[in-house]
Amino acid sequence: MNRLFWVLLVVPFLAGRGLADNQPDLDQRVAAIAAELRCLVCQNQSIAESNADLAVDLRRQIREQLKEGRSERDVLDFMVQRYGDFVLYRPPLKASTFLLWGGPFLLLVLGIFLLARKIRSVRRPAPQLSEAERARAAALLGTGKE
Amino acid sequence: MSARALWVLGIFIALVMLLAVGLTLNPREVPSPLVGKAAPPFELPLLRDPDKTFTTKERLGSVWLLNVWASWCVSCREEHPVLLELAKTGAVPVYGLNYKDRREDGLRWLAAYGDPYHLSVVDPQGRIGIDYGVYGVPETYVIDKRGVIRYKQIGPVTREVLAQKILPLVGQLSRE
Repeated sequence: MNRLFWVLLVVPFLAGRGLADNQPDLDQRVAAIAAELRCLVCQNQSIAESNADLAVDLRRQIREQLKEGRSERDVLDFMVQRYGDFVLYRPPLKASTFLLWGGPFLLLVLGIFLLARKIRSVRRPAPQLSEAERARAAALLGTGKE
Repeated sequence: MSARALWVLGIFIALVMLLAVGLTLNPREVPSPLVGKAAPPFELPLLRDPDKTFTTKERLGSVWLLNVWASWCVSCREEHPVLLELAKTGAVPVYGLNYKDRREDGLRWLAAYGDPYHLSVVDPQGRIGIDYGVYGVPETYVIDKRGVIRYKQIGPVTREVLAQKILPLVGQLSRE
């Protein structure tokens, strides 16, 4: 009786250990993919963060596909086929997403250009006045002739 | 006006135009990559008769609408009268995909509000919904004779959408 008690006590832990050997790995892979995908129902959350029904379904979908031995790439392609590039937080570089990827660099180049122009104009030496201009300026300012 | 003031004004106008366009877009309307592609095939049990099934193959050769609905979906009630009117005209058959719902709830809903569907199939787990990229019920797909999705309506079908987009498209597709 006593021995049975100990066996019953220990068996669940052993079973738990067996599961733990491959579960965390799969969990991590599911979480990594889910974090790359935008939840379409609550658009400011990823599928990993959201508890929306659809997010739960999609996480289950990711898990099943990984279990079936598909790669991360396959799972992401599966999602893009159905929901479009919009589901990816890092969409591929193409004509329609060029502004998204290139925009910040375009702004940087524009900023550098404007800054350089400004610096150059500040450095430019003050214009030299001819004798006649100097006299006219003096007359206008009413400081009289030198 | 000095060149500098013109520059500032130009930048201001550009910004206003950018915001005027950007802020009036609906971020919930994500263009579906499925438009122009073959409708994902499925074979699902009927809502009214679980022993029978419907497959998308049966519809090859004619234009039809696939409407994703659920008894828990609030906006579905909004579009329901529009679908009932459409069903009455018989312009195009509407097939229902009862999405993530319980059979009895779906049947009760149809009994209470009327049934515009040629037939409804059930997708309790939402698996076919995922294949169709469903993310906000109701959604409606216009599928042509070759089984290609030609239009997707996200959210309720309104009378305007029906009159201006769906019916003209159905007419054009029927002639194809």
